[in-house]
Amino acid sequence: MTSTWIHKTEQSLVESHGLKHDEFDNIVKGLGREPNLTELGIFSAMWNEHCSYKSSKFWLKKLPTTGERVVQGPGENAGVIDIDDGDVAVFKMESHNHPSYIEPYQGAATGVGGILRDIFTMGARPVANLNALRFGEPSHPKTKHLLAGVVEGIGGYGNCIGIPTVGGEVNFHPSYNGNILVNAMTVGIAKKDKIFYSAAAGIGNPVVYVGSKTGRDGIHGATMASAEFDDDSEDKKPTVQVGDPFTEKLLLEACLELMKEEAIIAIQDMGAAGLTSSSIEMASKGNVGLEIDLTKVPMRASNMTAYELMLSESQERMLMVIDPAKEDMARKIFKKWDLEFEVIGRVTDTKNLVLNMHGKEEACIPINILVEDAPEYQRDYTISEPTKDYTIDPNSLNAETIVDDLIKMISHPNLCSRRWIWEQYDHMVMADTIVRPGSDAAVVRVHGTNKAIAMSTDCSPTYCKHNSFEGGKHAVVETWRNLIASGALPIAITDCMNFGNPEKPEIMGQFVECIRGMTEACSALNYPVVSGNVSLYNETNGEGIYPTPAIGGVGLIKNIEKTKTIAFKKIDSAIYLIGKTEGHLGNSHFLSIVQNQEIGSTPIINLDEELKNGKFILELVNKDLILSSHDVGEGGLLVAATEMSMSSGIGVSINTERKNHAYYFGEDQGRYLVEVDAADEQKFKQVAEDHKITIELIGRTIDAYLMIQDIGKVSVKDLKSESEKWFPNFTR
Amino acid sequence: MKSHVIVFPGSNCDRDVAVAIEKISGSAPEMIWHKNTSIEHSDLIIVPGGFSYGDYLRCGAIASTSPIMHEVVQKAKAGVPVIGICNGFQILIETSLLDGALIRNNSLSFICRDIHIKAENSTSIFTKNNIIAKMPIAHNEGNYFASTETLKKIKDHDQIAFRYCDEHGVVNEQANPNGSMENIAGILNDTKNVLGLMPHPERAIEINLGGDDGKHIFESVLN
Repeated sequence: MTSTWIHKTEQSLVESHGLKHDEFDNIVKGLGREPNLTELGIFSAMWNEHCSYKSSKFWLKKLPTTGERVVQGPGENAGVIDIDDGDVAVFKMESHNHPSYIEPYQGAATGVGGILRDIFTMGARPVANLNALRFGEPSHPKTKHLLAGVVEGIGGYGNCIGIPTVGGEVNFHPSYNGNILVNAMTVGIAKKDKIFYSAAAGIGNPVVYVGSKTGRDGIHGATMASAEFDDDSEDKKPTVQVGDPFTEKLLLEACLELMKEEAIIAIQDMGAAGLTSSSIEMASKGNVGLEIDLTKVPMRASNMTAYELMLSESQERMLMVIDPAKEDMARKIFKKWDLEFEVIGRVTDTKNLVLNMHGKEEACIPINILVEDAPEYQRDYTISEPTKDYTIDPNSLNAETIVDDLIKMISHPNLCSRRWIWEQYDHMVMADTIVRPGSDAAVVRVHGTNKAIAMSTDCSPTYCKHNSFEGGKHAVVETWRNLIASGALPIAITDCMNFGNPEKPEIMGQFVECIRGMTEACSALNYPVVSGNVSLYNETNGEGIYPTPAIGGVGLIKNIEKTKTIAFKKIDSAIYLIGKTEGHLGNSHFLSIVQNQEIGSTPIINLDEELKNGKFILELVNKDLILSSHDVGEGGLLVAATEMSMSSGIGVSINTERKNHAYYFGEDQGRYLVEVDAADEQKFKQVAEDHKITIELIGRTIDAYLMIQDIGKVSVKDLKSESEKWFPNFTR
Repeated sequence: MKSHVIVFPGSNCDRDVAVAIEKISGSAPEMIWHKNTSIEHSDLIIVPGGFSYGDYLRCGAIASTSPIMHEVVQKAKAGVPVIGICNGFQILIETSLLDGALIRNNSLSFICRDIHIKAENSTSIFTKNNIIAKMPIAHNEGNYFASTETLKKIKDHDQIAFRYCDEHGVVNEQANPNGSMENIAGILNDTKNVLGLMPHPERAIEINLGGDDGKHIFESVLN
């Protein structure tokens, strides 16, 4: 299908810009001529996978994106949901995988910086940062360095700018040995009638550049992020940007100050592909043209070329179209904050992007060719058969080892306490953190009100690998359950789709199936997708990562007094398990941690049961019938109960009919543990009966010990110290 | 009661402390931009936490040369109560209103968690409500250091305001989060009207935030 190269432009130059032969043919056809180098760079930046979503767009359109609380779905800088009283929550999650593997501190830091800009570009004050991190196996020589660098980078940026990092998740798996994942999420709060968009308007209006100067850093970062890695990836260090959270703090305050005035017509941050993508995005959304004089762009280095200026990914920059009558006032605000403010161009009616430099035209490209003619592929895919279940011989497991096995599990890197991580993040600045890291969801009060937003990030890559459809469902449902268990009404999600090379049919099949699972879960739970990001080509030396659709869920707590945490509240409460337990050990943490084998089938989620049980929990919350609650997820029932104990220091005595590994460590879905005050037990049981909910009394809270009748006991203090030691020891 | 909160580029606890003061005293403090050169009558000046000037050069070093800090030093010398919290403590040390230095935590990492402190004396205007208080720390450079002579001087003059302790008030190594000399969490100037402390009392003013022990410090000086 590839014809011989007939163009004057060198084929190797085109290929080094990540463009395929037929894509270049289309550029020439669209322009009616061959592009010059600056134009080639611009097409490369716009048509790479990271910016164009060319492999994923067709499938992403299938996700449910509407709902009664959705104010803005995908397509803007971030999604927007209604949280009552004229307030909205603005949020999105984004990947910074490739840069973080090359340079973990700066890669992770600029990931946080980038997602923060997406949020305040829309007029929202960021109030919470979260993240979803995946590293290779701990024994891999790079893991320790990458973990330490990423955590320090996330903290370094978030702590300095003064936005609390309140939650996240981390796992370790060999599939990430050569390609870690760093997904950063920010949530902001704005007024519904004060949301800012990116559509440029008003022919002749000034286009204003604000923030930091432009340097030669990060040139072709987005193109790098759209390619696989090999052993020479270290050489790509110069494509990683360097973050300056102090400047971003100034930019945040200056933008929010200007947003109080009626001055901004359109605003777009300069993220991936910098000035190129921001200017084209604004022109395309507004259906107008832009003419930019590149000599006006504030420069950090001398003699920068048009090519470099357009492709630099220098951080902490914004592009705006403003009301010309407000130019002086706007300039004054940015000068107050010691930031650059330059009018670099005008809005035109030509629908072309025209770039001039020193009086010479450097580029002239019709916007529609760049955007509407961008490639879109329906790539071939093959769906792998889900891994079959594996039946474990019950006699091969001795119930006497249950306490020892529990300790192995809660001290394993995939289940142990993450305290070492979150103590490096300022999770309390802004003084509205109601639930700190370590519970099911983080809860942050809406400043000056009595309501709060709850947030959670989640994904189980091994579930997705062995059954991409159920794994996609699970990632969505897990965040939903975390919000429910915190007493929040789940509203919507953002997704960060991390996959391998989409040109391989089996990888594309994983993507398709994860989307199908997510779609089914989002529809059933009325929990739409409002923003997201896709990161493909997460491969090193031809080996793809496990499919990882990381989900960030956001919910509303109308009255903070109703917030629930996982910590047991008092002694002698009844502990009930909600939901059905068959004892599904396939693809479980028990098998992977204790037996060191990744076998068996991903557990299946019954969405009707899920919805029913979730609504039941919320009713209990509303009726003040539970003291604490926790979703039963990774590791199963006993791990969940242990986490509730460790979080409070209060023990629990467990006495159940079934006393085997499958019951205690099975990962059946749709379940919660709740603590019920002894005085409320009758009322609780009545509500359960009214709704035909499966409940099971598993025990009572006691002082300071985890006791399993007929099996053994261990002190909560010992459990806690086992759970908290892995990270400090590993990183020492 | 007229209070002022200084705002530097990079301050990020300015709003939090303003909320705390308003909640406790009933009147909102005036926010003072760092480029200002004067403060009219003040009963309390707060130098808030954050990352003034991005902590570049050295924490607090650049902010200490801001136009407003000249005025803060004058006011402090005239006896106006001044509290520096976290980065504000670092800034007050850089202005030489307070003695010693704050160096990198001995763990070499940022630490954000609840700790306990107890007041060393109940005679200063900030420590009248002498209790064991739980509140958060959030810093990278909170490890208090002073030369032998300086340490002797601040001890002889009763200038240690708070020490890190356990929940029962016992001062020991386990309760020291950052390696500070003698578990020092906060110190006073020799005239006892300037307080610098690393913990964040403004983040501990209501049970919903995890505790309200922080309000004792503000109540002590505001009432």
